[in-house]
Amino acid sequence: MSNKEYKSISSIAGPLLVVEGVDGAKYEELVEVNVPGESKPRFGKVLDTSKDKAVVQMFDSTAGMTADETRVRFKGETLKLGVSEDMLGRVFNGAGEVADGGPELVPEQRRDIAGEPMNPYSREFPNDFIQTGIGSIDVMNTLVRGQKLPIFSGAGLPHSRLAAQIARQASVKDGADFAIVFATLGVSFEEAEYFRREFEEAGALERSVLFINTAADPVVERISTPRMALTTAEYLAFEKGMHVLVILTDLTNYCEALREVSAARKEVPGRRGYPGYLYTDLSTIYERAGRVKGKAGTITQIPILTMPDDDKTHPVPDLTGYITEGQFVISRELYRKGVFPPVDVQGSLSRLWSAGVGEGKTRADHSALKDQLFASYATGREVRELAVVLGEASLDDTDRAHLKFADAFEKEFVGQGEYENRSVEESLDIGWKLLSMLPRTSLKRVKAEQIEQYMPKTEVTAE
Amino acid sequence: MTKTQNKTNEDIAGGTILRVTGPLVRAKGMAEAKLYEVVKVSEEKLLGEIIELHGDEAAIQVYEETAGIAPGDSVYRTGRTMSVALAPGLLESIYDGVQRPLQKIEEVADGCYIKRGIEADPIDMQKKWKFTPVAKVGDSVSGGDVLGEVQETSLIVHKVMVPPNESGVVTSIQSGEFIVTEEIATLTKDDGSVASLPMLQYWPIRVARPKASKIFPSEPLRTGGRSIDTFFPIAKGGAGCIPGPFGAGKTVTQQSIAKYCDAEIIVYIGCGERGNEMTEVLTEFPHLIDPNTGEPLMKRTILIANTSNMPVAAREASVYTGITIAEYYRDMGYNVALMADSTSRWAEAMREISGRLEEMPGEEGYPAYLSSRTAEFYERAGIVKTLGSEGRTGSLTVIGAVSPPGGDLSEPVSQATLRVTKTFWSLDSDLAYKKHFPSINWLTSYSLYAPNFEGFWKDEIAPDFAAVRSTAMKLLEQESKLLEIVRLVGMESLSNSDRLVLEVARMIREDFLFQNAFDKDDAYTPLNRQYGILKSIMTFYEAGQSVVNNPEFDFSDFTQIATYSEVASLKEKLDWDIKDYQSFQDRVKSEIEALA
Repeated sequence: MSNKEYKSISSIAGPLLVVEGVDGAKYEELVEVNVPGESKPRFGKVLDTSKDKAVVQMFDSTAGMTADETRVRFKGETLKLGVSEDMLGRVFNGAGEVADGGPELVPEQRRDIAGEPMNPYSREFPNDFIQTGIGSIDVMNTLVRGQKLPIFSGAGLPHSRLAAQIARQASVKDGADFAIVFATLGVSFEEAEYFRREFEEAGALERSVLFINTAADPVVERISTPRMALTTAEYLAFEKGMHVLVILTDLTNYCEALREVSAARKEVPGRRGYPGYLYTDLSTIYERAGRVKGKAGTITQIPILTMPDDDKTHPVPDLTGYITEGQFVISRELYRKGVFPPVDVQGSLSRLWSAGVGEGKTRADHSALKDQLFASYATGREVRELAVVLGEASLDDTDRAHLKFADAFEKEFVGQGEYENRSVEESLDIGWKLLSMLPRTSLKRVKAEQIEQYMPKTEVTAE
Repeated sequence: MTKTQNKTNEDIAGGTILRVTGPLVRAKGMAEAKLYEVVKVSEEKLLGEIIELHGDEAAIQVYEETAGIAPGDSVYRTGRTMSVALAPGLLESIYDGVQRPLQKIEEVADGCYIKRGIEADPIDMQKKWKFTPVAKVGDSVSGGDVLGEVQETSLIVHKVMVPPNESGVVTSIQSGEFIVTEEIATLTKDDGSVASLPMLQYWPIRVARPKASKIFPSEPLRTGGRSIDTFFPIAKGGAGCIPGPFGAGKTVTQQSIAKYCDAEIIVYIGCGERGNEMTEVLTEFPHLIDPNTGEPLMKRTILIANTSNMPVAAREASVYTGITIAEYYRDMGYNVALMADSTSRWAEAMREISGRLEEMPGEEGYPAYLSSRTAEFYERAGIVKTLGSEGRTGSLTVIGAVSPPGGDLSEPVSQATLRVTKTFWSLDSDLAYKKHFPSINWLTSYSLYAPNFEGFWKDEIAPDFAAVRSTAMKLLEQESKLLEIVRLVGMESLSNSDRLVLEVARMIREDFLFQNAFDKDDAYTPLNRQYGILKSIMTFYEAGQSVVNNPEFDFSDFTQIATYSEVASLKEKLDWDIKDYQSFQDRVKSEIEALA
């Protein structure tokens, strides 16, 4: 039945077409739509198929379509992307078409963009430390190769700069560079351009593949853009043995596109109008990260999302947090204080940190030092709150030391230059230096031998 | 002809597909099909199950991705309802939600992705097991009676039982090595017919396996978790739930229980969760040693892994698959613990299918039958007298994680679960934020089983266990009130006895409740040592009360005594027994009395 043309569209509403008289269209099948007067076809896929009717979700806009003259052709296969190693260094639009004016690619393979679920039995547990050169990440919330760790941000916060810094600086102990697959979903032109320039200036462009869908592009195109990026990443990682870092920004726009389609289909909405299957849908993006037994390459994913009104319980960050292996949270408070990168150390979490740290990976004292820094910083922040209510006069010496420590920790440990690439050893040493501001009796999480070995002998006082 | 349900290769031609929407397919020409019958969809033979029948039209949920399926394709019936295969070889397996072994799928698919339409036997059909008969020719047996035994792993003796619906006189019984489908016994039934019994049996997943009777639970499941065992214990045969926002430590808590609890069999269901988490269990468990037996943990474990990106309908089935296997081992007389992480994903799978069926939604789009299905599931937990003349006792403890959106417990899945579980470990995002783990909130969590255990605690641990426990809980309660006051007016306003409460409560929190699941030694504390530590902490309170009330007493003296700074290391004293703790407590008493 495939490749038969129909001119029987009965309705066009939002991103959806209803085609009548179709004889057995396949679920998820690719659909080519030819609008009269246009040389290039538009594409969509089958969402619901019954005996003589198919509901088609368009990837392109439906603007300008007519119900009576538009011709619909069912292609008999699902949406595929041609992939090849030559994609490195190139820029594509959100539909996977060449967008840098360069020549068309000759694909080595054509892959279904939906991907297939990875067999948990075939996975290998991630355990290689990634050095991002950012102390608050490397020491406190360690990233490992094959992890999926999103950045939770808010409007007006510098998540792009943090992501770019990670992309520039990320390296592993064996010195291998990451290939970067980068996709923008409905962001502004400036933001997309910022990333392109950053990669270019850092000399990272030739090892990057960019998929650019901006706010001006069709909303529904965003639903396939991250899948194209991940299909490319899977090819590079598991066929070509590369270590791939995937950065997707901004997933909140993706979820809104999904909500738009769901609303057009008149589905029963879940929370805040998002479809009930949002969790399942997001998992088909986030779970496409990891390591596979017997394959050299890996996929590490850093999706970025903006939390509406900095609300972590909003469905998008909430469901994301349930799937990903932790989160980096950007702190508005630290950003206002002028700390860069403003990583909210306490609110952030890397679930796989323990797989990446310790002797042979980072340093033997890493785990204990991290626990101590967390504990002391938490105490310091509690004291800070107390001081606001009761006044500094009510604090004892230990409290005051913690207060100073918390300030210094934010300024010197969390805060660092945007172009400063700290080795993990440097970051750990800064941690020890700061701990020397505190009385020994309050250092319960580190062992005496460790203090002896790592803590600088001269006491440091914050100015 | 055997009466056990065998996997049939001859699929019955059934109907044709009318409509495909996601994992739901509607087909006509299904007048002869039964509800919950297994069907194969299209020529790709995708596994599905009939979940609704209207005349000759059936609604089928498909356990695999339906892309490429079209109206007009055929549907084949199998004649059997959705069942699990039960036989030696289940232990150490990892299955997907419909009991397909993931290891085999990897071999058949020849790659790291799960391809569609793969059929693989849930149990190795070629492996020979040494069967030792227990029943004799001439014995009159009925459902649940043991025919013979197989050493399944170094830890577990697999009891091959008469299926619950069979009975008769044993007319032959074998001894030796057999594969699971070979006949090991024959029964002559009352009507004179002969039943041939292999080791392999089937049981429908949506039907609870029968038992003789349920017993009132009175023994705790010991997990080695201090806040769980001492403060919020769960019974062997109990039902508990762990709700909590992401990052609060649900999975770590579940995994710790799976690792260290004193159940003999663990069924761990990863339902709609992360792929790497299942990989972690798979890589870790074979190397971890069970503190109760000294054998690798994997030898007592069965994993069901239906990760979040695997087909949603199989996720719905996964909890039933897991609990049916768990009941089967319970029937052998074992203590079984089942962890389901997370039941919210199961409920969401139900919601998704319900939406596609165009059912009238209940709260937040969940189907109206959400709470009845949840109750049915947790009610399959219990300590039971099993079928069979032997009268074995087996237990099935069910611990379900719940992932409430935004951590808000008023949502339907949490509420439906709280109504039917009796232990509630409330994971708290504030505690997690402060890195206090396990982040079980000591003020909001509860265990309705605790009164059942008073006899057990008295006989097995110490006569005053229950008293020490309840005083400790009272102090934590007082602490929260006192901290409110401190926040308003500062520490100076408190009396010495209030400051003692704060000091001891802090010890309970930091030196008893705080437990590092990643530290090999700290992760597991046996109940008698838990008592030793807590009793030692409470000695500070008892001895302190008489001293601090003296108006002349300077409270900072209290923090200078030697035992005060030693409390933090009590949990590291792995070799201490009750005497060591007693001598520590005596030192505490004498040091505090010296202050007076």
